[in-house]
Amino acid sequence: MNNRLKILRAQRDWSQGDLADRLEVSRQSVNAIETGRYDPSLPLAFRIAELFDLPIEEVFESPSRRKSGAI
Amino acid sequence: MQRELYAVAHYRSPAIRRYMIRLIVMVSLYLVTLFGAVLTFKAHAVSGVPAVMLAILPALPIIGVFWAVMRYLIEEQDEFMRMLLVRQCLVATGFCLTIMTVWEFLQNFDIVPPGNDGFGTAFFWFMGLGVGGLYNKLTVGTAGCA
Repeated sequence: MNNRLKILRAQRDWSQGDLADRLEVSRQSVNAIETGRYDPSLPLAFRIAELFDLPIEEVFESPSRRKSGAI
Repeated sequence: MQRELYAVAHYRSPAIRRYMIRLIVMVSLYLVTLFGAVLTFKAHAVSGVPAVMLAILPALPIIGVFWAVMRYLIEEQDEFMRMLLVRQCLVATGFCLTIMTVWEFLQNFDIVPPGNDGFGTAFFWFMGLGVGGLYNKLTVGTAGCA
């Protein structure tokens, strides 16, 4: 699933480790989510969105909307 | 980048720490009970029910390793790390069942001799965990911890 995690992280000058610490997950998790190799669960996706103080759809791109060309 | 790779390789949650301690304890117990059993049987120092119990004794720490792996799955708070281990366990189970099934048929038709010289189900399951780690590395970029 595409997301804006890397951009949002860079805007705050956070490393993957900084974000991992804030989310209380491993750096592997952040890396896998950021590179689209792992789709987080809904609770973790909400935690990420809340950390950046954004609605979830502004962090993660809906695969179905992307498929239909809406995004 | 190098700093990130270093940190990735050194991720240690409390659950991983507990898992590693349990693993070290179980492997140590396995070595002690295995050598104890081998020496005792070589000396013909035991028979009957005690012999059965002594023969089973080295299996208990191996069962303990299975328990440690499953406890780690329950205790790990990081969902991605849990997923990596679940995938490893599934690959390990498939790998082990495949090897043992083929081996048994080869034995049934007398293509290979009976017995396994200690390379039994647990050995191939643990080997399968390694194969699962490689599968994780190739598909999601990181092997996992087990």
